[in-house]
Amino acid sequence: MKIWNKIKSWPLLLPVVALILVMAVNIIHDAAVGDNPLSFFMISLRDTTTNGTILFGRIIDIINRGSEVAILAIGMTLVVSASAGTDISVGSVMSLCASFMCMNLAGYGVSSTTTLAKPLIVGLLAAVLMGALCGAFNGTLVSHLSIQPMVATLILYSAARAIGLLLCNDLIVYVRNPSFAFIGAFTGPIPTPILITVVCIILISVVLKKTALGMYIQSVGINAKASRIAGLNSRRLRFLAYLLCGVFASLAGIVASSRITSADSNNIGLYLEMDAILSVALGGNSLGGGKFNLAGSIIGAYTIQAITTTLYALGVSSIQAPVYKAIIVIIIVVIEAPPFKAFIRKHSAARATKGVKA
Amino acid sequence: MKEKMKAKKSFNSNTILLLITIVLFMVLYAGGCIAYGSKGFTHFQTFLNILITNAGLICVACGMTCVMLTGGIDISVGALIAMDCMMLAVGMSKGIGAVPMVAIVLLVGVVFGFVQGFLVGYLEIQPFIVSMAGMFFCRGMTAVICTDQVSITEKINATFYKWANTKVTIPFGGYVNNKGKYMVPYVRPGVIVALIVLILIFIMLRYTKFGRSLYAVGGSAQSAAMMGLNVKRIKMGAYMLSSILCSVGGVCYCLNTMAGSVTRALGLEMDAISSAVIGGTLLTGGVGNVIGSFFGVLINGTISSIVKTNGKLASSWPNILTAALLFIFIVIQSVFGALRARKK
Repeated sequence: MKIWNKIKSWPLLLPVVALILVMAVNIIHDAAVGDNPLSFFMISLRDTTTNGTILFGRIIDIINRGSEVAILAIGMTLVVSASAGTDISVGSVMSLCASFMCMNLAGYGVSSTTTLAKPLIVGLLAAVLMGALCGAFNGTLVSHLSIQPMVATLILYSAARAIGLLLCNDLIVYVRNPSFAFIGAFTGPIPTPILITVVCIILISVVLKKTALGMYIQSVGINAKASRIAGLNSRRLRFLAYLLCGVFASLAGIVASSRITSADSNNIGLYLEMDAILSVALGGNSLGGGKFNLAGSIIGAYTIQAITTTLYALGVSSIQAPVYKAIIVIIIVVIEAPPFKAFIRKHSAARATKGVKA
Repeated sequence: MKEKMKAKKSFNSNTILLLITIVLFMVLYAGGCIAYGSKGFTHFQTFLNILITNAGLICVACGMTCVMLTGGIDISVGALIAMDCMMLAVGMSKGIGAVPMVAIVLLVGVVFGFVQGFLVGYLEIQPFIVSMAGMFFCRGMTAVICTDQVSITEKINATFYKWANTKVTIPFGGYVNNKGKYMVPYVRPGVIVALIVLILIFIMLRYTKFGRSLYAVGGSAQSAAMMGLNVKRIKMGAYMLSSILCSVGGVCYCLNTMAGSVTRALGLEMDAISSAVIGGTLLTGGVGNVIGSFFGVLINGTISSIVKTNGKLASSWPNILTAALLFIFIVIQSVFGALRARKK
């Protein structure tokens, strides 16, 4: 019973259980189709003509494809914790940053190029700057004008993609340059996006562990007024959370754009805001703000990607997949809803008293 | 009594917001007339065309206003319209009649609204999360029904085709076109439906118990509960109303476009929300009016009409301008709110 209680209070319970469930579905599906039941876990080295020897396997693919969601989930966790709201503009901001970067790299109005118009670093910095700008815009609206986070971010959710299209002159800009494509390809045998994600995670955990930033953000989320009285600048901390979220969105945009060596404004980051919010919720974080658990969000992000990959493997097309994800979101938020918890508690208490009477 | 006092207190800034909206619409429209008068912008029919294209949006904006009055938000509307259009198109091409198909669509709206309302009202989940999941569900479901674009032609369903092409003529405001023929101005049946919805919701919000309680819940859920209102049920009612009106809007929308596809009505929730906000509905709830939302829709329609008449501007401009207007009005609301708080 004691162990059971310990497991029940483990913060990573929800994401890990979800991950195990997804793996089980995969194993059953593989076995049913007649493949090796453990093919999900197999990792091998494979020679390719374009990238040399690379790591190959379904898990590698999930971790690779899940990079964007994982990067977004970091920023989203901070935003949810600090402001009890979500930033729904991240997908559009990703697209805007990618468009701005490709516009810089290719030159305005050029739809396809193999040579870079400006050094790569200028393009990357431009993207990050644009992300920071979007984050600052959201942050100002939320922290200084006290507008509900989801309404404030709704502005960029609808406008960012359109602005990106405008920057690219209504074209899909292709930048087919090896130094740019490298970001979405392979470093030695390992996919570069994985390395970028790992660097992001390490950086943010060092910042959160070595400084009190993490604690400050949590305290603002738990009670903004009390933290202000305790001497924290609640507004600035909230602003910072949105700023960071924008910067992480731009990094995700760079990765997503480099993967397809183009800026496809209409499709980059489409529905990813949903995945990011889902990762945070799945990671055992309350969407009501306050305490957060970054590890949970990241495991949540990879779980989402595993779900997506599994859905594709089961023959669900990419435009149909939102149905299942929406159902999963609703199940998770219902489980976490206080009235539902109270109902369950009352129910189990009633059953317990019945047992005593009998 | 308390409500009346509240209405009086917030009377000033609300009237100002509504006035700004109406003036803005007139300025925009006058600007359009001056800039594109030679392209026929001054004709009465241009105004009616704005109504025809936005008939669906008017219904949706009415529902959105009701939800926003309770302090919530419903971003599932665009996707729900896409699903409605797809259901109508696929259902009719399978041989189901127009009337039963419309009934099915309305029923789906009721059920969808019930689920959303239950989750928001009784389980107290954030409206945004619920309706966002609803949005993805509907959008995905549209793809599950059919991934291609399905058109409704006369061959598929003659009744629906006849509805869509009925012209309700208006006896005044015609003009003589450049071939010398007198053009009688007209609207489509969808506009009539939308205007009836607008008037009904206006009366409901002003004179019925449910309408007044929407304001009370949005003003302060706690005091509404203390006055003996069933806050949970009222909130659920608002979401159900929104989804039903959205389904009515979906039928109007489909009458205008006559096709269903996965990307149909993409971003329509944004138009509906911005219409309501521009029309003076407060995002925090408790204050708002469907007449304002109606003018908000007209402003949105005028912007896209101007961009279309110009012909050279990129197609993303209406989106950006709507977002910019939304931004301006949100900031104005926030400033008004801060001023009001300081007065207290």
